[in-house]
Amino acid sequence: MTKRTVIVGCAVVALAFGLVGYGLYADEFTDADTERWQGEFMSVVEDGRALWGSPDLGTNGVACGQCHPNAANTHPETYPKFQKQLGRVVAFSEMVNWCLINPLEGERLALDDPKMIALEAYATWERRGVALEPGKH
Amino acid sequence: MKRNHLNRRDFLKGAASAAAVSTLPVTTVELAFADPAKSFSFAYISDSHIQHVKGDQFVNNWDRGLIRAVAETNMLRPKPDFVMFGGDLAQLGTKAELDHGAEMLAKLNYPTHCLLGEHDYYLDLGEYWSELYGPHWYSFDHKGVHFVVLNSILTHDEWTFERWPTPEQRMLEMAGLDNPNGSPFMVGEKQRAWLATDLEGVAKTTPVVVFSHSPIQKIYKGWNFWTDDAEQVQALLAPFNDATVIYGHVHQIQYNQIGNISFHAVMATAWPWPYPQSYAQAETYLPKLTVPMNRADPFHERDATGWQFINLETGRVAMTYQLNNNTDRTVAYNRETGRPEDTTFQSPESRISPQIHY
Repeated sequence: MTKRTVIVGCAVVALAFGLVGYGLYADEFTDADTERWQGEFMSVVEDGRALWGSPDLGTNGVACGQCHPNAANTHPETYPKFQKQLGRVVAFSEMVNWCLINPLEGERLALDDPKMIALEAYATWERRGVALEPGKH
Repeated sequence: MKRNHLNRRDFLKGAASAAAVSTLPVTTVELAFADPAKSFSFAYISDSHIQHVKGDQFVNNWDRGLIRAVAETNMLRPKPDFVMFGGDLAQLGTKAELDHGAEMLAKLNYPTHCLLGEHDYYLDLGEYWSELYGPHWYSFDHKGVHFVVLNSILTHDEWTFERWPTPEQRMLEMAGLDNPNGSPFMVGEKQRAWLATDLEGVAKTTPVVVFSHSPIQKIYKGWNFWTDDAEQVQALLAPFNDATVIYGHVHQIQYNQIGNISFHAVMATAWPWPYPQSYAQAETYLPKLTVPMNRADPFHERDATGWQFINLETGRVAMTYQLNNNTDRTVAYNRETGRPEDTTFQSPESRISPQIHY
């Protein structure tokens, strides 16, 4: 075995380990990562909290928080669920839209609108620790 | 457009049939003071939160709640001796809101007394409200009952006078029910001293009824379902045989008994509030005695709102909640158990699923 062959062999093995390692360790995130992700989430929760109290979400100055302080009585943990008034199983964000259109006399938001995500993040954050009970009325 | 053109005769016919179908069940209520001449009832309307949008535009939903309560109260038979309005006539305390609300309240066919809520107060500290309705706290006697009206939504001087750059910001900070920048409600030393003097001349056998905006008891501080000096006020009421506190602010059915004092909350005409127990992140103290109102159906605009008809039977309160989209409920003092009880739902086996809040 020549010196050159050994070097090439080592390089191949190293590359193989490298590739395998890339696959193996993809989820090996650090505390710094989780801290950053939690920070990203909480900043959206904060956006949601601000929107929840905002008089500008609809057209008549009414804010979500007027009827739902701390997002209470919104029950995000029970969705998706059957809403008899809508006649079908709906997502939480569809009920948010119902409120935007009716008591707030505003326009519906796209379900992936960052404002909708923020409202949902805030309401869900306020229910943290409560068991999921999809479908519950 | 023509079909909307009602002539006077059509209108009167319509009004007559509307009155016929709207005859209220309270017509059958008998009042029972020892001296029948002293038996009386009154109505209680509260928390209308009239909210200005712009120009001559106000939030229609809240307007409808007050308009309906006033119209129904005017149909009561027997007629109530007076109407109490329990505060938060306005949402942000502006002249436009207070004037618009006062115009609707002025349609009541009965003498009307008012008290201050935080939404009426924290813009100009009750100055314009006073032009409409007089002093911030007062008392009056009616047919052998001593009524006391408190301003229970005061708070620390530093918060009120020093903390906020503008009156508008102060109002907004207090208007957000769940706003951590708010401040606990209190009656305050000055008013408690007035109350002590006011009650000195009242015989201990005289029924005393206190009207306040916030509960003169401690239920949940985070939403100001709370009065910081509740115990000191309760101590002033303790010597009386029959003492009752009726309060607004909470937009829901609550009742309690602490010593000799009965507590009754009233509904809002504007919108219902969740019970504090449905906020998962905080410990709260809803009185165990309370059988909650039904969970609100948001698809019915007036559900879980209403007003109250109150009998002062033998000096204690029997309160009938006039619920717009639900079966009416009555919470009455039970002499045998010595506490207010729901006349239909008090026992655990008679409760229904919508009364379970989570």
